[in-house]
Amino acid sequence: MTAIPAAAPAPAASISAPGSGRTAGSRWVYVLLVGGLVLMVGPFLWMLLGSIKPQADFLTAPTLLPSVPTTDNYSRLFDQLDFPRFFFNSSVIALAVTIGNLVFCPMLGYALAKLRWRGKRVIMGLVLATLMVPAGITLIPNFILMSKLGFVNTYPGLILPFLAGPFGVFLMRQFMYGVPNELLEAARMDGANEFRVFWSVVVPIATPVLATLGILTFLGNWNSFLYPLVMAQEPQMYTLPVALATFATGQYQADHGMLMAGSVILVVPVLIVFILFQRWITEGIATTGLKG
Amino acid sequence: MTVPALAQRRTAEAAPSASRRPWRDDLVGWAFAAPFVILFVVFLAFPILASFLLSFTSFGLRDIANPVGTSVIGIKNYVDLFADPKFWKALFNTFYFVVVGVPVTLAIGLLIATALSRGVTRFRTAFRVGYYLPVITSIVAIAVVWRFLLNPDAGLINMLLGGLGIKGPAWLADPVFAMPSIIAMAVWRNLGFAMVVFLAGLQTIPATLYEAAGIDGAGRWQAFRYVTIPMLRPTILFMTVITTIGYLQLFEEPFVMTLGGPLDSTLSITMYMYQQGFTFFHQGYASAIAYVLFVIVALIAFLQFKFLRSDE
Repeated sequence: MTAIPAAAPAPAASISAPGSGRTAGSRWVYVLLVGGLVLMVGPFLWMLLGSIKPQADFLTAPTLLPSVPTTDNYSRLFDQLDFPRFFFNSSVIALAVTIGNLVFCPMLGYALAKLRWRGKRVIMGLVLATLMVPAGITLIPNFILMSKLGFVNTYPGLILPFLAGPFGVFLMRQFMYGVPNELLEAARMDGANEFRVFWSVVVPIATPVLATLGILTFLGNWNSFLYPLVMAQEPQMYTLPVALATFATGQYQADHGMLMAGSVILVVPVLIVFILFQRWITEGIATTGLKG
Repeated sequence: MTVPALAQRRTAEAAPSASRRPWRDDLVGWAFAAPFVILFVVFLAFPILASFLLSFTSFGLRDIANPVGTSVIGIKNYVDLFADPKFWKALFNTFYFVVVGVPVTLAIGLLIATALSRGVTRFRTAFRVGYYLPVITSIVAIAVVWRFLLNPDAGLINMLLGGLGIKGPAWLADPVFAMPSIIAMAVWRNLGFAMVVFLAGLQTIPATLYEAAGIDGAGRWQAFRYVTIPMLRPTILFMTVITTIGYLQLFEEPFVMTLGGPLDSTLSITMYMYQQGFTFFHQGYASAIAYVLFVIVALIAFLQFKFLRSDE
C-alpha cells in the first residue's frame, strides 16, 4: 500500500527527463536491481556457507549459518579423495589449451583480416560453421579416434582437439581489422616477411586482446564437461568438473558439505580471475557476441 | 557484411600484396591457417562425416578394436529412433526447455541491460559483475549447488517457503516441477550473458532518438517499445539464435541434478545420446541421435542466416 504514493510520480518524472539520473522512477529500478543481485549472489553464499557446515547440520532442519564453522569438508576432499590431482589435471589442460589458442588463433585471424590468398573465404566459412556445431556430434567419433590413437585417459587426448578454437579465430579477426595497414606496410618496406610482420608488429599491438582471449579460453576449458567426461575414464585423469559430477551422482550424493566444498574449489579460482579481469572479459564478449 | 565495408576491405588488402606473385601469397595464407585447418579436419570435419556413417551401423563396444569391421544396417537406427518413445520424450523435453527458457532468459537480460544503460549510474560495475558471475562459473558446480538449494528437506528454497507457511514441492523429484526447476537455473545462469550483449547493443542507439521520443510525449515503456526494441532487432535475433543453439544442447543440468528423471521428465537429446553411447555402448544408435540434433541446429543456423541477410 505504501508503495503506491511513491511510485505514482515516477512516470511523470521520466517523461519530462528521460535518461536523467535519480528520479523517483529510478529509485524503484535500484530496488529491483538490488533484489535481483541478491538472487544472483545468494546461491554462491549458500555454497560457501554449506562448505563450512559440520556434517551434523545437514541432519537437522536447514539453517543459513553453520552451527560451528569447520574446514572438515575441505580436508576430506584433499585427504580422502584425490582433489589435488583433479585440480592439477584441470590446470594443465586449461593452460595447454590456452597457450595453443594464443598461438594459433591470432595467426589465422591475421591471415583472414590482412592477407590476400585463395581459399580465405572458404576458411572463414569453416570458422563460422564450426561455431555452430553441437559438441555432441563429434563426441563418439573422437572417442573412437582417440581410442585407436591410444589417447583416451591421456593429456593429449584431452587437449589436442581444442588447441585452435573458432571463437578465438573470430575474436582475433575482428581485432586485426582495426590494425592500421600503414604499420604493416612500413614493416614490409623495411624488408620484413609476413611472419616477421606478424610477430614483431601485430602481436605486440594485440596484447590486450590476447589477454581477453587467454582469460576466456582458460575459463571455458576449466569448466568444460562433456568431452572430459567421456575421455577421462580413469579417476586419475578426472578434471574437477568430472570429479565433482561423478561424486555428486555417485556414492557421495547426500554428502552436501563435501559437495559444496568441491563446488567452491571449482568456482573460486574462476571468480578471482573474473573479478580481477572483468573489464577484459565483458569487452571480448561485446565485440564478438560469443562467450568462447 | 555490408557492401561499403566489403569494398573498403578489398582496397585495404589489395595494396600490400599488389606487387607480389599470387602463389606466394597463397602459400603464406595457408601457412598461417595450417594449424587450425589440420585440427579442423582431424577433430571436426572427419568426426562429423564419421558420425554420419556410424549412424548407419550397429557400432558397439567390441567394434572399437576394428571400427571398419562393424556391420552396416542401413537406416535401421533411424527407423528405430522414430519408433522410440524415449527419443520423442527427449525431443519434447529439449524443446520445452528451449521454448520456455530462451524467451525468459532474453527478456530478463534485456530488462536488466535497459535498466543499467538508462538512469542507473551508481554501482553499475557491481551490478554488471554480480549478474554476470554465474555465466563464467562451471555448470556442474552450479547444478550441484542448485540441487542442494532445491533439496526438499535440507534446501534453502523450501526453508524460505516454509517460513512463509508454504510447503514447497519436492522440485527435482517431482515430474511436474523438475523441468521448470532446471529452466529457472538456466535462466539464472545465462541472463548475465544476454545482459552484456544487449548492453553493447544499447550503446549503439543514439541518445537523440530517446530525446525525440521524449519530446513527442513518449513515456519509458513507449520509448522502450518504439525505440529500443526496433533498434535492437538484429542483436535480439542474434541472441535468440545463439541461445537456442546453446539450449538445444542441454546436458550438464539433467546429468548432475536428475540423471534425466523423474520418469524421464528431464531427459534431453544430448543426455539420451550420452546414455546410449557411453552407458549402453550403442554407438551407432547414439550417432543417429546426435545427427538428428545436428540437423536441427544446422536448420536453425541456416534460418538465422536468411533472417540476418534480409535484415541488413
